[in-house]
Amino acid sequence: MPEPRVTVGDALVQALARERLRIVASLIRITGDWDLAEDVVADATERALERWPGDGVPTNPAAWLTRVATRRAIDLARRANLERSKLAEVAALGAQDTTELVVPEPPALEDERLRLIFTCCHPALPMEARVALTLKVVSGLSTAAIARAFLTSEATMGQRLLRAKRKITNAGIPYRVPTASMLPERLEGVLAVVYLIFTEGYAAADHALAEEAIRLGRLLAELMPGDDETRGLLALMLLQHARRDARLVDGELVTLEQQDRSRWDVAAVDEARALQPIPGAGRGLYRIQADIAGIHTAARAAADTDWAAIVRLYDELLGILPSPVVRLNRAIAIGMCDGPLAGLAALDAVAAEGGLSDHYLIPAAQGDLLARAGLPAEAAAALRLAADRAPTETERRQLERRRHELLANRPER
Amino acid sequence: MKYLMFVATDPDGERDDPPGEVTIEEWVAKHDASGARVRGDRLRPPEDATTVRKRAGKVLVTDGPFTESREWIAGYDVLECADLDEAIAIAAEHPMARHGRLELRPFWAIDQA
Repeated sequence: MPEPRVTVGDALVQALARERLRIVASLIRITGDWDLAEDVVADATERALERWPGDGVPTNPAAWLTRVATRRAIDLARRANLERSKLAEVAALGAQDTTELVVPEPPALEDERLRLIFTCCHPALPMEARVALTLKVVSGLSTAAIARAFLTSEATMGQRLLRAKRKITNAGIPYRVPTASMLPERLEGVLAVVYLIFTEGYAAADHALAEEAIRLGRLLAELMPGDDETRGLLALMLLQHARRDARLVDGELVTLEQQDRSRWDVAAVDEARALQPIPGAGRGLYRIQADIAGIHTAARAAADTDWAAIVRLYDELLGILPSPVVRLNRAIAIGMCDGPLAGLAALDAVAAEGGLSDHYLIPAAQGDLLARAGLPAEAAAALRLAADRAPTETERRQLERRRHELLANRPER
Repeated sequence: MKYLMFVATDPDGERDDPPGEVTIEEWVAKHDASGARVRGDRLRPPEDATTVRKRAGKVLVTDGPFTESREWIAGYDVLECADLDEAIAIAAEHPMARHGRLELRPFWAIDQA
């Protein structure tokens, strides 16, 4: 009697979960065609569902899938009679008997994964395609799931992925880890893609997407053990993600100051703490931001926060990343450290520099500092302006709630 | 892979010429020697350009390039490279990468879909 289907399904799911990256990477290496590689792996998966119930689960499911997918690729190449392509060479090699086809010993898995990540994040691809391709190929998410996460239709996302895969082939984007001279810049680009996936998940409170980014961060930290920014990024994401249950309660956003700190994820904080700086490594923007997040985490109560240290870290960050948002956060930290009036003056300076005009974060921070300065009416007006400009409904509601609290608690005059 | 590298001007490019930087002549010599540069030329400025169209059977000749813009194509090189990263590395060595900008376009092979 054939084994029950459930067992076959389990074996397949396990093989894919553990080995999918290696299988896809092998096929990309063999065919040089990203789209074809994905198609034939999908075909091989279907074939497994047909064959395994009768034949039994093979001893090495991943090798079976790779072999079947490779044969399928060769058949397709023959059918299409692609003389020029790299596949033709492979087809010629395996021409004698495809049933005896020996799949070449794949390189170390670490190299395959790095190759995939660096190619998905190649700067010649548009940023949104890098994000989508990384989630599709490296994380193994479905096109539908990626489309949902980025609030677009499956058809649009499918087109985006297809265009990206075609550009890899047509523009000659290499399938390899960049040379040493290009590596630092390219790694920076890879980290930016991972952090973008995280912030997208964080902003939308999409925990699954944020966790996918953390998984990618762990993978990179494992593959690039000598790079401190990679560790810094993972630590930063873990510390931010650790607050997820305290940050969103019953669908409502709770500010860092008002969060119930006992609901922070201790395991995530511990994992971040273990990612200590590599001795002698320079400090980059993710490491500094992780340090800032770490100071918040270290404070048992909001009032215990070491704001002076945070201001110093923002000063350090401004040296690398002189962006308006960093200046804004520094102004808020000054307000917490030196008092609301100092903070408001710093905020005015940020607003005067431009770059953030009409952005909701400036009036939101002003509202907060005005409330601390004992000016509830002015604070409420600033919060109303911020709520009008808020980019998401959850943020708008949070700002409105703050405003109503202020007005309700206003002393009688 | 074969790439056409457009060498374009850029009003926002860097103006200075730090000592020791490679000249265009040195760049050409190096990549001619390695075989990566197949050919290339400078082009006369847009004032000397002529645009030709044929509409409803009638040839229309106008003065100037396709598009009026602050940037214009000052030259081109044909590069033969293993892949895009190799082409990027060669392009990045060109002095016009700093003064202007370079665009890499893969050739569309005749038999390619």
